[in-house]
Amino acid sequence: MRIFSNFMKKLYNGNFVFTSEIEPRKSVKIDYLINKANFLKKYVTACNVTDNPRANAYLSSIVASYIIQSHTGLETICHMTVRDRNRIALISDILGASVLGIKNILVITGDHTTMGDIPNAMPVYDIDSTQFIKMLRKMIDEGKDINENPIDGKIEIHIGAVGNPNANPIEVELYKVERKIKAGAEFIQTQIVFDIEKIKNFIDYLKPSPPFILIGIFPCKSYRIAENIEKKLPGVKIPNEYKDKLKKAEGNSEKIDEINIEYFSNLIKEIKKSTKASGIHIMTIEYERIIGKIINSL
Amino acid sequence: MIITKTKSNLLDYVKKYNKIFVIGCGTCATKCQTGGEKEVEELVNKIKNMNKIAIGKVVESPCDLRVLKRDLMNYKNEINDAEVIVALCCGVGAQTISEFSNKEVIPGLDTLFIGMVERIGRFYEKCRACGNCILYETGGICPITNCPKRLLNGPCGGMRDRKCEVNDKDCTWVIIYERLKKYGREEDFKKIREAFDWSNISKSREFMR
Ligand code: SF4
Ligand code: SF4
Repeated sequence: MRIFSNFMKKLYNGNFVFTSEIEPRKSVKIDYLINKANFLKKYVTACNVTDNPRANAYLSSIVASYIIQSHTGLETICHMTVRDRNRIALISDILGASVLGIKNILVITGDHTTMGDIPNAMPVYDIDSTQFIKMLRKMIDEGKDINENPIDGKIEIHIGAVGNPNANPIEVELYKVERKIKAGAEFIQTQIVFDIEKIKNFIDYLKPSPPFILIGIFPCKSYRIAENIEKKLPGVKIPNEYKDKLKKAEGNSEKIDEINIEYFSNLIKEIKKSTKASGIHIMTIEYERIIGKIINSL
Repeated sequence: MIITKTKSNLLDYVKKYNKIFVIGCGTCATKCQTGGEKEVEELVNKIKNMNKIAIGKVVESPCDLRVLKRDLMNYKNEINDAEVIVALCCGVGAQTISEFSNKEVIPGLDTLFIGMVERIGRFYEKCRACGNCILYETGGICPITNCPKRLLNGPCGGMRDRKCEVNDKDCTWVIIYERLKKYGREEDFKKIREAFDWSNISKSREFMR
């Protein structure tokens, strides 16, 4: 097994790894990327950098990843969707990402164009995420592109994919994630999940590790955000007890932090104890401060 | 069947002409009730009401050059006289008419898709003519047409309680799974399907047997 990134090295060494996420904006400024990354690097091994999430056109994830890595030293997991690029553009961008020192790519299908801020764009989807993983494997392992054209030099990238333990029906999701692993995904980061049984079910089926599975969690800064997340994300069910506590604590940020620390440190401890998950992927909306607090509480 | 709908601003196109020949279609557009005898007659009357000269004829299948020639044999003079032809048929028919007549052609219909008819007024797109039918692999359901992301290894992460993230229909890949399972072919669902070769349909196609 060749290891190119610190993130992958830690996973292979059996460390329990934390990652978080930074979302580039529709902006030519970079200070927010650097500030967030400087804060996150105290707590996480790597940070995901999203690629035009919800089909909104933002700063390129490759450029943002490069900026973060070169300005702060925080390793990135650069998202790449198949929504906006055909295989020519994907190959070209993988070469570009390689040149810029990006070592981890998270392959994503991408929310449909009609859901974003440029809904009249042509959705590309020339290849799907599984086929992109296969294409990447060939580029990395054989030094050839999808049509056997040789690549000069070595591509040193680890491939990740996403999975959703909340999916209903779950079999189709499990079989799909299994396909992505068969195609060559080395790690899986999951959709936000609150339910330990769903986490266990997902992990038991996929029999890690490797592939390494990082469970997505989402500490909610307010009751309203919890409601929104439940409404917007496929299958995510947030326990009523947790939501009720948030509602009662409305306006009291210290209390809200306490609720999140308690809930998520218990969940993470349970994940560590009773599953073969390799780590946690923490997502937030404007609530980075909780990340350090949860990790420090473990 | 080729599904068509009437162009909403059709009469705006007609305005600047005085002698108009309307050609209908006896096949798909008749079934869609967009270019049959009745619709051709209605359009001819509307144009006449604009104080213009109009003649109409329904051709059995205007997309077939031979049939077009045959059915219009007795209308040579009228067509020569006309300044413009309104084609109440699909884009294929309209172009065949254009090629045959060398006249200016106004498409009277918008061509929507290749579709299934449930009943008149309820049409569903079913095939994108990809040139390499994979329906057997996918349990008789076409992901290229039905999945908004054209995935061959679905479902995507947007599937929610069986539903597609894009429309309120059932996720194509959930239906494909259920079909294959019913046929005892779950293993086919789990297979990785290779990247599609789009090279054939990225330029206009011809087929010579
Ligand atoms: S796979 Fe779909 S688009 Fe292709 S020929 Fe078959 S039904 Fe048509
Ligand atoms: S939810 Fe299903 S049908 Fe809709 S885009 Fe995703 S895979 Fe395709």
